[in-house]
Amino acid sequence: MAALSIEGVSKFFGEHAAVDGLSLTVEPGEFVALLGPSGCGKTTMLRLLAGFEEASRGEIRLGETLLASPGHHLPPEQRHMAMVFQSYALWPHMSVADNVGYPLKLRKVRGAAYHERVQRALSLVALEAYASRTPQELSGGQRQRVALARCLVVDPEVVLLDEPLANLDRHLRAAMEQSFRDFHRRARATMVYVTHDQSEAMALADRIAVMRDGRLVQWATPETLYREPRNQWVAGFIGQGSELQIATGAPGQRLDEAALMQGLNAPLTSRTQPVLVRPEHVRVSAETPTARHLTARVEHQTFRGERFELHLRLAHGAALMAYHPHALDVGQTVALTLSEGWCLERD
Amino acid sequence: MVMPCTAAGRQHRWLLSLLTVTIVLLSLAPSARLLVEALGDLAQGANAPLWRVLGAASTWRALWYSVYTAGLGMLLALVLGSLFAFVITLTDLRAKAAWVFCFMLPMMIPPQVTALAWLQLFGPASPLLKSLGFAPALGSPQPLYSAEGIALLLGIQAAPLVFLALRTSLLSLPRELVEAARISGARQSQVWGHIILPVTRGGLVAGAAMAFISSLGNFGIPAMLGIPAGVYVLPTLIYQRMASFGTGVLPEMASLSLLIGVIALIGVALQQRALSRSRFGLTGHSGRAHDFTLGRLQVPVTALLAAVLLAILVAPLAALVVSSLVPAMGVPLNTTTATLSAFEEVLSRQGATWRAVNNSLWLAGGASLVLMAASLPLAYRLQRLPPRLQNLALGAVELPYALPGVVLAIACILLFVRPLPLIDEALYGTLTLIFIAYLARFLVVCLKPVAASLAQLDPSLEEAAQLAGAGPWRRMATIVLPLVAPALFAGGLLVFLLAVNELTVSALLWSAGNETLGVLIFNLDEGGESVLASAVSVLVVAMVAALMLALSLLAPRLPRGVVPWQR
Repeated sequence: MAALSIEGVSKFFGEHAAVDGLSLTVEPGEFVALLGPSGCGKTTMLRLLAGFEEASRGEIRLGETLLASPGHHLPPEQRHMAMVFQSYALWPHMSVADNVGYPLKLRKVRGAAYHERVQRALSLVALEAYASRTPQELSGGQRQRVALARCLVVDPEVVLLDEPLANLDRHLRAAMEQSFRDFHRRARATMVYVTHDQSEAMALADRIAVMRDGRLVQWATPETLYREPRNQWVAGFIGQGSELQIATGAPGQRLDEAALMQGLNAPLTSRTQPVLVRPEHVRVSAETPTARHLTARVEHQTFRGERFELHLRLAHGAALMAYHPHALDVGQTVALTLSEGWCLERD
Repeated sequence: MVMPCTAAGRQHRWLLSLLTVTIVLLSLAPSARLLVEALGDLAQGANAPLWRVLGAASTWRALWYSVYTAGLGMLLALVLGSLFAFVITLTDLRAKAAWVFCFMLPMMIPPQVTALAWLQLFGPASPLLKSLGFAPALGSPQPLYSAEGIALLLGIQAAPLVFLALRTSLLSLPRELVEAARISGARQSQVWGHIILPVTRGGLVAGAAMAFISSLGNFGIPAMLGIPAGVYVLPTLIYQRMASFGTGVLPEMASLSLLIGVIALIGVALQQRALSRSRFGLTGHSGRAHDFTLGRLQVPVTALLAAVLLAILVAPLAALVVSSLVPAMGVPLNTTTATLSAFEEVLSRQGATWRAVNNSLWLAGGASLVLMAASLPLAYRLQRLPPRLQNLALGAVELPYALPGVVLAIACILLFVRPLPLIDEALYGTLTLIFIAYLARFLVVCLKPVAASLAQLDPSLEEAAQLAGAGPWRRMATIVLPLVAPALFAGGLLVFLLAVNELTVSALLWSAGNETLGVLIFNLDEGGESVLASAVSVLVVAMVAALMLALSLLAPRLPRGVVPWQR
């Protein structure tokens, strides 16, 4: 197994840079997500890895092998990768078994070994009974599993997944997420997963590369990304929370309750540092606020089953989100204590 | 969509249904009349026209030549069409739009002009060969006056049909299917054999069937190349009999038409089957070329395509232009002989030219206007029919276009040879009959783009207008019409393009004083006036190219596939 390293890769379409000076190193066997809003360049990056696009600048290596650099381009068929497409890309003129076996045929695997490996791949995705069907006869989830089996069959070093769940309904997504996790455990391949859905990325990936306008914004584990987003934009993109202006702290610094409460009570003009406050760090109490508290008014609330989401307005006008176990009155004044905050870089 | 039960809604629906039923019945009428004529006298036993026709040796000889020339032409069309379709659609060849335009031009040039151009290219009297100094000796035969000559030209004329069918198929092939094969380890050449060819086979078969049907029904090429050599195919056999014996042989001609009609319909059925089989319900990012890199092959491949185009398009057109500039056939072109007198002659002195141009412009212009007006309500009503009925109605409307032109012409003569009741006037031999035949023949050409455009419209656009209080007529005029107007206009332009150069139908229906542009070229050439015929043809080609350019300019505002040579 080898590490996949991307160094200063850019891809221009005309004047427009779809990927702009991106560098990452993916450890062997790691499950990585490329996350970002549509048009951020994540799919282009994936296609650069696969070799469907030629890099305008920079280098891509898999272990010792140079995959792409200016003037050098290893064609996709020589990269020993596999890919799951958003549209599944099953060949309509081949049966399910032929689809799965096609990469084997190209590698000159024949006879009993061929049948045995196709059978094994199909049984891993629980589709043995469908071997002789055509892809058109299968449901969306089944097609996606055929596509997975086609990846499994040749033990690739790197598996690329391009928004593989985007065409499935929500119910099926949860089941397929589990299949991907199983697949990763069994295949032990390096996996690069492109998605615009942050909850999907958080649930599956070991590490996430957050991209925006072709650039890498943050490269971290899901937990770090949630707890310590680098800047205002990432904080707004990942998880829920509110951004306040505070008179203390510096970007990348965690503030405790005392510092936070003091900084928020400072005069308005001295509050210039953005701070992220997650709703689970806001304690709401219906008693009369004292000097130790912040005062807020309940603007509206949303019932989420296990709790209420409160949308509050602080005395000086900033919005804040909090959780509460039961309903409050709209317009009611509440007392707040903020237990934790994370100082953000400005965009 | 649920129609509201208002008085306006009922009236709207009722009128449109009436119009649809009328048009469908009118489309079926010629074919039905032909069937009655061909099969009606079977009771006469061995003497019935159908048996007499089937017993004649000339019938079988013409049938053989028809199938032979159309079959050979189809093979040539397959080779040329698939070469261009694969190279232009799949590779990173440069200037694709220009290649497509040039390759499509032969299809839009009327067959009689193609035939004339090729005749000017070969043979002892060829002004081009004479000018270049390697004309064959006088008295040597014209190689194109043969069944193989006919097949060659039919193939070139039909190649764009194969090209289009295959190109459509290739463009709807999702990019991911190719990429999935590449990343599975397949080289470019393997992807071609394993994925692209099997998935697009349906388009190839459909294109071949279309080329066969179109060649079978072609009249201009076998008429100008075959009649001098005594090689008769079914359409020219019918023409020659009608020209020699007049309406007296109509029952036999109806039987001959039935024969060729049946063969054409078998071809259509084959094509439909191939098309329905090729529909895999593909999903993914389609509509983008796959960009196989040609690399070092870029130059040789470009040279090959250029050489083919030079042979099938540039050389004959050059011969045509040269022929139009010489004072008489057999005179080489140089600075002293070059003259514009042929153009002067056809434009100023030949009364027949202006009459024919006038007739053709009126016929084509009138037909496209009437068909544009009929297409929108017809397409609108058809879209709201259950799919089964919709297919039946579309089939009926398509029939006069799918059948060879001579078949439609014979059927129209049969329908109108007797004076019409009430007004007591016979339409046979008048321009009106040609006009009616054009309406029947070209309706589907105008209807298809409009139907495609309507099918793309989101029904909620009209529903929103309905909720805003717009009645059915108002919705049609203010919402639907503006949105499908480009398609409607393109349909009308296509009808004009086809009708203004039409020969097959008018060759049987014209009479003195009622010539069309197509008939004029044919008659000039038959009368030995090749130079004048070339001059008229040069003008026709210029007009065709100009109309095609106009359509190309319109293309960005049209649904995909309306302008045949663009996507």
